[in-house]
Amino acid sequence: MSVRYLARKMITLAITLYVTVSFNFLLFHVLPGNPVQLLARSGHFDAAARTQLIKLFGLNHSLLVQYFTYLNDMAHGHLGFSYIYREPVTTVLGSAVGNTVLLVGTATVITVIVGVWFGVVAAARANSLTDASITVTSLSLWSMPDFFTGMILIFIFGVWSHVFPVSGIESPGLTTGTFGHVFDIGRHLILPALTLTLVNAAEFSLITRNTLVDVLVEDYIVTARAKGLRRHVIIWRHAVRNALLPVVTATALYVGMILGGAIQVETVFSWPGLGLLTYNAVEQRDYPVLEGSFLLFAIAVIATNFFADLLYQALDARVRET
Amino acid sequence: MWRGVWTDHMGRTGVIMLGFVLFIILIGPLIFPFNASAFGSSASSILQGPSRAHWMGTTELGQDVFRQFLVGGRISLYVGVSATVIAILLGTGIGLVAGYYVGWRDTILMRVTDFFLVLPTLPLIIVLAALFGQSIVVTSLVIGLTSWPQTARIIRSQVLSLRERPLVLRARSLGARDVRIMGLHILPNVAPLIFANLVLVLSGSILAQAALAFLGLGDPVQASWGTMLHNAFNSGAMSEGAWWYVLTPGIGIVVMVLAFSLVGHALDRVMNPLRRGAR
Repeated sequence: MSVRYLARKMITLAITLYVTVSFNFLLFHVLPGNPVQLLARSGHFDAAARTQLIKLFGLNHSLLVQYFTYLNDMAHGHLGFSYIYREPVTTVLGSAVGNTVLLVGTATVITVIVGVWFGVVAAARANSLTDASITVTSLSLWSMPDFFTGMILIFIFGVWSHVFPVSGIESPGLTTGTFGHVFDIGRHLILPALTLTLVNAAEFSLITRNTLVDVLVEDYIVTARAKGLRRHVIIWRHAVRNALLPVVTATALYVGMILGGAIQVETVFSWPGLGLLTYNAVEQRDYPVLEGSFLLFAIAVIATNFFADLLYQALDARVRET
Repeated sequence: MWRGVWTDHMGRTGVIMLGFVLFIILIGPLIFPFNASAFGSSASSILQGPSRAHWMGTTELGQDVFRQFLVGGRISLYVGVSATVIAILLGTGIGLVAGYYVGWRDTILMRVTDFFLVLPTLPLIIVLAALFGQSIVVTSLVIGLTSWPQTARIIRSQVLSLRERPLVLRARSLGARDVRIMGLHILPNVAPLIFANLVLVLSGSILAQAALAFLGLGDPVQASWGTMLHNAFNSGAMSEGAWWYVLTPGIGIVVMVLAFSLVGHALDRVMNPLRRGAR
């Protein structure tokens, strides 16, 4: 991969980031009904307070000046002040990110392993009953909204039996040592991670199956069989390697999207991460936090897309640009 | 095209499921006489399990779940369809123009499309719904505005290959106007592709609407299936073990989405006979 290519990609990345930040500004500060103006124009304040508010939010300046102030703030890492938590948005977001990463990271690893495995099995026996049942199950699971899957799991594991805890990240009032604490978090992690896995492994297995099925009829596979290689070897060592490419990129893209996509699961399980934060912010109309978390989600997607692109270049010699 | 869908096993299942769901939603409320919003008469009628009087039990307000289910389906479908129409119109329009007029128009449009593809959908939908209110119209608009890039891309690549066909080249050399070519020659050939994509976008929209409603951003007056689940969740249906309240609208969503997906995938397979080795 040449330096020129990398440089070009990074420029595109920078531009996309810039456009995203501007888009964020547009969304939250320019569009009619935007919260900043609403707050300042609300009838609850007397004239003096209103003038103060306007000055505080810089609304007495033109839109352009507001824009540059916004960019300047962003460059310094100021994302605003939460209405509800009375803390800088960065602090609020920071405490939640770790939890989301834990949940999403665990779920991703399991999802990819399980999804790909089922996909391979389905493709290896294409058009058989196994294939059909796996495909149908995957499609059905994909059709289930995340939160519904979560609710069903809660019923099965939390209400009708009491195997796993169904909300939060730790049991309140637990006094065991560090290991006990980790174990407790682990117990709380199981159901939300399982929910994410169920829904998304389905998609992975579908992608893997379809890609692998296309690969399995390629000439070089036929050659391998003609050479007399055992079927098991053919599938795993030759075919899957080549079919894995879209899966790898899908994984990278998935990680980016899932930061925002975990919103439903976190809400259902009260998992204190970015998703729950966003949900509460929407309910309470805490716009600074909403703005900050939206920006964070967008940046996460863009960054992971960038890495997915690089990964794809590195892995597939055919696509490499010189 | 349709016969292809019917012969395909999964497609056939999808069509049957679809017919069933549509029947229930559209005809159901006419046949079954319960009043959807009638409240229970006493505290004892709250969150009751399925019984002879209430086939699917009652909600936390003593309302009949089954009737709500019947009525709610229409909203879910309506929003899904409207959003899809918006997405398809936008996506096809942009895809057509970008694919036909290669050059700067294409580049700009594709940049815009790529940008929208990159934005995280659910957060964007949530933010837009929070900013602009919670009516059905807003929801449809918002979902439609975030779903068009996928269509645009697909249409564009098809148009790119279609415009090199002899038919188009001849028409252009005869001096036919671009609009005429796009409408008369290219569009009909893209139509099957649009259709396959439409069905898949539809299932995605229904899921998106359900998610929005569950998070409390749906129209509070017109209760869709997602709203029912929202109410169920917030009224503690789960700790009460009121599975009927959760399963009924939930399975409704799953069946509807699954039906559309099956049909959509079958259409896709029919449209892409290039897929060697697969069905």
